[in-house]
Parts: sequence; C-alpha cells; structure tokens
Amino acid sequence: MTIEELEQIAKSVQQESAKYDYEVNVCMDLACASQGAGALKDALVKTAEASGKKVLVRRTGCMGPCSHGPLVRVDPEETLYHHVKADKAEAIVDGLGGSPAPDFQCDLNDHFDKQVRVVLENAGYIDPEKIDDYIARDGYKALLTVLNEMTPNGVVHRITESGLRGRGGGGYPTGLKWGTVAKAKGDVKYVVCNGDEGDPGAFMDRSVMEGDPHRVIEGMAIAAYAVGASKGFIYVRAEYPVAVSRLTTALREARRHGLLGNNICNTPFNFDVEIRLGAGAFVCGEETALIASIEGKRGTPKPRPPYPASSGLWGKPTLINNVETYANIAPIVRNGGKWFFNMGSERSKGTKVFALTGKITNTGLVEVPMGIKLREIIEVIGGGVPGGHKFKAVQTGGPSGGCIPEEMLDVGVSYDALLKMGSIMGSGGMIVMDDTSCMVNVARFFIEFCMTESCGKCIPCRAGTAQMYTLLTRICTGTGTMDDLALLESLCSTVKETSLCGLGQTAPNPVLSTLKYFRNEYMEHIVHKRCPAGVCNMETAVEVVA
Amino acid sequence: MSAFTPPPLPSEDKRWKIVNGTMRKSGYARHALIETLHTVQSSFGFLDDDAIRFVANSLRVPLSQAYGVATFYHYFTLKPPGKHTVTVCAGTACYIKGADKLIATAEKRLAIKQGQTTPNGEISLMTARCVGACSRAPVVLCDGEVVGEMTGELMLEQLERWTVE
Repeated sequence: MTIEELEQIAKSVQQESAKYDYEVNVCMDLACASQGAGALKDALVKTAEASGKKVLVRRTGCMGPCSHGPLVRVDPEETLYHHVKADKAEAIVDGLGGSPAPDFQCDLNDHFDKQVRVVLENAGYIDPEKIDDYIARDGYKALLTVLNEMTPNGVVHRITESGLRGRGGGGYPTGLKWGTVAKAKGDVKYVVCNGDEGDPGAFMDRSVMEGDPHRVIEGMAIAAYAVGASKGFIYVRAEYPVAVSRLTTALREARRHGLLGNNICNTPFNFDVEIRLGAGAFVCGEETALIASIEGKRGTPKPRPPYPASSGLWGKPTLINNVETYANIAPIVRNGGKWFFNMGSERSKGTKVFALTGKITNTGLVEVPMGIKLREIIEVIGGGVPGGHKFKAVQTGGPSGGCIPEEMLDVGVSYDALLKMGSIMGSGGMIVMDDTSCMVNVARFFIEFCMTESCGKCIPCRAGTAQMYTLLTRICTGTGTMDDLALLESLCSTVKETSLCGLGQTAPNPVLSTLKYFRNEYMEHIVHKRCPAGVCNMETAVEVVA
Repeated sequence: MSAFTPPPLPSEDKRWKIVNGTMRKSGYARHALIETLHTVQSSFGFLDDDAIRFVANSLRVPLSQAYGVATFYHYFTLKPPGKHTVTVCAGTACYIKGADKLIATAEKRLAIKQGQTTPNGEISLMTARCVGACSRAPVVLCDGEVVGEMTGELMLEQLERWTVE
C-alpha cells in the first residue's frame, strides 16, 4: 500500500458515491438500534429502490444526540431527522430533492454549533465496517506519512508538541509517555489500547470503537512505530460485543490492505494487533491490573514503580493509552502538533468527548473544546434539565470523580480545574442530576460500586470502602449520628492516602465532594432524619456489611 | 523440553471442540486462560467444575489460578442461567433514572433476589455494571436485547410473556 494507492481507493469511493444523488445515513449505534434503526434502514433501502431515485443508504456510527434517535441524516443537504420509525421511510424518500418532511425534521443547531469534532469527525459519516469509507476520509494517510517521511523521534516530538494528555482520565502527557517507552531498553515492546471503559455512565470509547474502529488501529500503529513495538493488544470489555466484532472486522480489513502485518507499506515496520476481552472488572482499567488481565491472571494492580513504560506486559516496556487518546493521534499527525495545541485551554489542549446522560434534555455524545464552561455544555448543548426540575449537580469522572454544584458551573472544563473542584476529568462520563436525586444516596451508590469492585489486594480499599458503605447506609436510613459522619470523613482520608491503586485512592471522591458542596443534605439525614429529595427510605433497618 | 499432550476432551459434546479450538489457536499458552473461559461460557452458558478443571489442565495453569480467575471476574458465572435472562443495568445514569426500583419490581414479581434464577429454571434476574447505552437510561437487557427507557409496567409485561410460554 502506498499513498498513491490510498488516494486511488479514496477516488473510487468518491466515484461510487457520485453515482448517487442522495446519501441517507442511518445511525445504527446502540441507542438508535435499540429503537428500531435496523428495521428503519431496511425500509429505507426498500423504499429507495422502489422510488427509482439514486439513493445510497448507509449505516453509520453514533451521530451524537441519542435522545432524539433513531436519527437519519440526508446528504448533501445535511437535513437531520429525529425519532424516525420504519413507517416514516416513505416520507423521507419522497422528500428527497423536494422539501424535507418537516414534522420530524430536527433543529439542533444550538446542540451542534458549540461542538468541535476531532475524535468524532467520522462518526455519522462512514460505515464502520468499510475500510474504504475510512480511507476516503483521509484514513491511514497519517500512518503512511509517518512510515515514509518521519523518524520515530519525529513522531514523539509531534505528539509532545501537540500537548495531548491521556484521555483515560489521569491526564498524563502523552508525548512524555511515548518518549519514555521509546527510550526504554528492550528488544520486544508492546502497545496496549485500554478499551475497558468500566465507568458506569460513560460510553465514548464504545462509540469510537464501534463507529470508527480504524481510527484506533491507525493511532496504535503510529504509536508502535514511534516507540519501536511490533505487537499490540486492544483490551475491550466483554459487555461490548458490537465493539469486539467491529474491531475484529477492522483488523481483518487492515491486514488485507497491508496496513497491518509484516513490512507495512514496503517499509521494515511490522505491527499487528490482537483483541483481548475483559470480563467485567472495573479495576482492570488500572494499567497494571489490565496487564495482569491480558496475561490471563486475576486483574489485581501492582505497586508502581516499575511503571509499565519500563516493565509492563510480560516484563517488557509497554505503552498503554486509552481509546480516545489513540483516536486523537491520526488528526494530530495529519494537521500538525500546533493545530492541536491551539485548541483548548492553557494546560488542557484539544477537545474532549463527553457522554452526557442523566436528567438532561439532549442525552448523547458531545465533543467540545477544552476550556468550555460546564454551563454551556449542560444548558446550551444539553438543552438543560427537562420536566421543570431544578439542576442540582453534575457528576464527572464516574466512581473516581465528584459532584459539581450549580455555583461552579461557570468554570471552564480542564483536567486541573476539575481536580480543583474535587472531581476529575475521568474518561468523560457526565451525569446530570436534578432535585429528585439525593446526594447522600448517590455517594452511597458509588461507594457500593467501589466496594464490590475492589480487588481485595490492599486493606484500605477492601475494608475501608465496606466500612464507608455501612456508615453511609446508616445515614441513608436515618440511623446515622454525628460520630458516624466524623468517622466517615476520617476514613475518606485514610482510604485516599493509603490505597495501592487509583481505584482506592479516588474511591472517597464522591463522598468528599458531596460533603463539600451538599453537607446540608447529610445534616438533614442525620439531625432531622429526613431526606430532602425524598429518595431515602428512613424506616428500613441497617444492613451491616462485615 | 518434552512435548506437551493436552488432556482428552471431557465428553463427546461438540462444544468441547470449540473450547479446544480457542486454546489451540494460542498454542495452549497460559495467558489464553481468560479467552478460553469466555469460549466455555459462550458455548455452555456457564462455567462448571469439569470445565474449569479441563481448561486448567490443558493450559497447565494451577487449578487455584483458574478458579481464582473464574470467580474474580463478574462476567463469569458458575451457575447455569435460566431459559430467559432479564438484566437490569445498574450504571450511574440508569440508577439516577430509577434502576433500583426496576430491580425491586422484578425481585418482587419473580420472588428471587438479583443474581438468582427462578426455581423452575425459567428466568434469571441479573444486574449489569453499565452496558454503555446510558443515553437511553434506564436500560434493561431482555435475553441480551437492549430495551431503553424501561418502565416497571413494560418490564412486568415482558416477564409475563416469558411466564406464559
């Protein structure tokens, strides 16, 4: 495969699509598919054939505003239809070339205008199972440029220059990590993609893997070239069967086109990728636990150092990045580090994909430049809280994050700002809560999650989260005392400071942040035995967890 | 190094051949343990003692490690599932939108706790740690099929349909 051949493929895709007057793109992501997008697509194909118009019906990955699904976009006019059921296929096909069917045309300009699409640039425009579609949108161009024109050092330099930070949540500078692995001594090195998106309430990585799998593979191949690895692993949750099948197809297609395998594009570079299935353990998102899991063992973390960069998979230098980090690589290589550096805030560059869910009008995936105000995301892009309810808090960072109250919404989103507010960026879940949510109950929910997900290796996390759960349960059932609250607070700091890995170190965050911003709710539960949101049942007996 | 001969298949059941295939593909490497257990579960529906023993022996992994892995990961189950499975997603977005009430409704209707199967082996009630369909919360998987914006009534109707069958 050469650049010319890539261009040839891109050209033939364009010629093929030039045969059609209209392109009808149907979102077939999980949310739309669960509302009948499959039947809709079949109906569209059938009606289009019968109408005699030249229509290409294409299935695509997630278009974004899932609450409006099933979504259909008609190109070249870019008309977006929402809540499209199979019986509306005829109306859509009839509307082609005339005026669009108005009753389910969707006006989401506010939703889209504030967004900048880098990671999701292809989402909604390509068929995820067709490598040619990806190539037609500049796919694999970055890989070929890197192999033919750049040195591994040059690639590391470009990524460093971009200011990209790890999108898995920690925000470690990606260029620095790549440089460390590149410098590490060893004949065998590995590149690992962390697709173990265990945060409940986050589904960005699933959408990227399902909607644009080649982007992840291309990012990994570029990383492998930069650090000198020839073998890669994608670790995906078993709960994401579609992602697994899309990635399998994508890997097969990439091999067939000579974009993976030996002597890629007639260069000495060899690289191939294997998929590894997770098995439902949240702790496996932690890098050392993930490595143990790929090795076929129980996913328990190890103390660092040594860091995976020097001793990772089977003791070899290993580069681990998140799905979204790899998805940013190809555009950075294509457009240059400066281009990426110029987006975002001072210390957080580029864009971030968030999964906007909970009590909000437009749920779904959004990609925004770093530094955008939380208020803009929630009120403008998300359309605010529905049903006349009042906004109470937004939760970011999953079980490791915190709840951010209304008065902090004017802060710009960045790794550092979120950390300062007692939350974290996390992988990008953003769950909006209104006045019907009890913050003590939410804290208890997350602690229960961490308690059951604790691997049990270190005591602060294993026993600490269980005790915190018991205390929170007491408070939620109206039997908590002020002593319980004091004990809870001291346990928070113990667990935070003495746990072995990120799971335990961040487990108290939901409790600490709700205590910081919603202490009055705790007091209501303890002093007045009353749940202001009316969620907690104050009569039930205390469940004691040993 | 002496050549390794993997143990014979536990029975005539053709599904063992699929399991064996997974192990052969990796050259009976120890790190294929999780992959192989996945194959066992997708072929048989659950992991029983015979299966864990067979996989451990084939991959030359200590029984304790194989059992440890099988019980460590939530995805693996050591109990046979019911004929139908209703899985309520208990992720954050679903929880905020009332997944706990759905679980309570199902527990009451089926007279079992989450993670259990009805005594007649018909319906299993499971919970999941987020299936990634958060924008349609609360989400329930009915025999693996995603149903978004689930209500108690709709879920009871589904359970009723399964009971009548």
